[in-house]
Amino acid sequence: MNDIIKLKNPPHISSYYSVVGSHERSGPLGACFDEYSSDDRFGKDSWEKAESEMQRLALSGAIKRGDFKESDIDALLAGDLLNQCVGSSYGLIDFDIPYIGLYGACSTCALSLALGAILYDSGASSACACVTSSHYCASERQFRFPLEYGGQRTPTSQWTVTGAGAFILSDTGHAKIKEIVFGKSVDMGINDINNMGAAMAPACIDTIKRYFKNSNHTIEDFDLILTGDLGFEGSEILKDLLLREGLDIRDKHADCGLMIYDLDAQDKHAGGSGCGCSASVLAGSVLRNFEASTLNDILFIGTGALMSPMTLYQGGTIPSVAHLVHIGR
Amino acid sequence: MDKEDYKKYVEGRAKKSSYLKNCSFAFLIGGFICALGQGLRNLYLYLGAWEQDASTLVSISLIFIASILTGLGIFDNIARIAGAGTLVPITGFANAVVSPAIDTKSEGYIFGVGAKIFTIAGPVILYGSLSGVIYGIIYYFTGI
Repeated sequence: MNDIIKLKNPPHISSYYSVVGSHERSGPLGACFDEYSSDDRFGKDSWEKAESEMQRLALSGAIKRGDFKESDIDALLAGDLLNQCVGSSYGLIDFDIPYIGLYGACSTCALSLALGAILYDSGASSACACVTSSHYCASERQFRFPLEYGGQRTPTSQWTVTGAGAFILSDTGHAKIKEIVFGKSVDMGINDINNMGAAMAPACIDTIKRYFKNSNHTIEDFDLILTGDLGFEGSEILKDLLLREGLDIRDKHADCGLMIYDLDAQDKHAGGSGCGCSASVLAGSVLRNFEASTLNDILFIGTGALMSPMTLYQGGTIPSVAHLVHIGR
Repeated sequence: MDKEDYKKYVEGRAKKSSYLKNCSFAFLIGGFICALGQGLRNLYLYLGAWEQDASTLVSISLIFIASILTGLGIFDNIARIAGAGTLVPITGFANAVVSPAIDTKSEGYIFGVGAKIFTIAGPVILYGSLSGVIYGIIYYFTGI
């Protein structure tokens, strides 16, 4: 496989919709999101059902905004952070559309866009939907501690975003998915669950290096190199180590995990994470900027830490992956 | 950069928690909890409790307060600042039992609360009891 997959028949991102929880609503991008709930349970009786509800709301919103009918969509590519991807499978069960469940941890949004774009490009799909979510409360109790447990977080720890984003890839729109680089699983021996930025940065570096090595584009050609979600620590490592390799992305780089919260005022330490983070930032803010013509060409790199609590207790380290999607006009 | 170098690089640059700030808050809040315990003990003695009963009543009271605060969603906000100040006294143990119980209620009283209530406190209970037994045997034979 070539490092860069160039799409001959690139799909447009025809519709997109974001749903977030209360912390994200009160962050710097709060007003950009399409829908929010001040009750983080979204009216449900468990956090997992709340996450499923966000997926349902996000996809319904995207279908409605794009003037699609449910029958127009021929594939659903969806993922989340919960075991067996139940956030997606339960949330989207009412849609009468073939369902493809994905897991890429926080890279899932980029992964679903990449695979959806290839489905469209190949002619297998004429309109497919990509949905991704994460919920702070549901992931916290799966990956870390009970919610009410009185512990302290380290400065490098990230906060799982309560949010979901849905995208419909089809024939018309302001932004196109033009190129894709699938990430390799990279493990640089980090085993600290409270420093996932450091675990994911090497995978992101690998993918970005492979893109610029094989592409005719230079860093200057892009308005934005958007990572999701390395947080503060991972972003600094990314910029520093890429600079040592001769790639200076400092003026172009932004990270979804740093955009979604006011780190100090909201006490979010190194920033946001979770696959709902990049999904909601992309749908809530970045694609709106394409619509307003303030962005024309970006590289979006979704980064995921692929560990489970079990592998960490067994002494394992954290492998990571970063998928790149070139979004242009 | 190989794995060892990368690990050193990451550890070298990661921002550390402020020991001075954390220790100060742990001292102040932990100290306050202990002072509160002593105050309660004096109160129970004043009300006529026996010496040993007064100590037991203090433990019960602190566990009760910590459990209520955990249930109300206040304990973790205090603990975020207090750290070891709330973890080390018996309040930390109460929180470690109550918080998984609240969390797993959605999975029911058997597979949720029943099975998961000691997820965090379990090791303390197991190894605490085990070392108690070992020390008991040593005490029995040596009297030390």
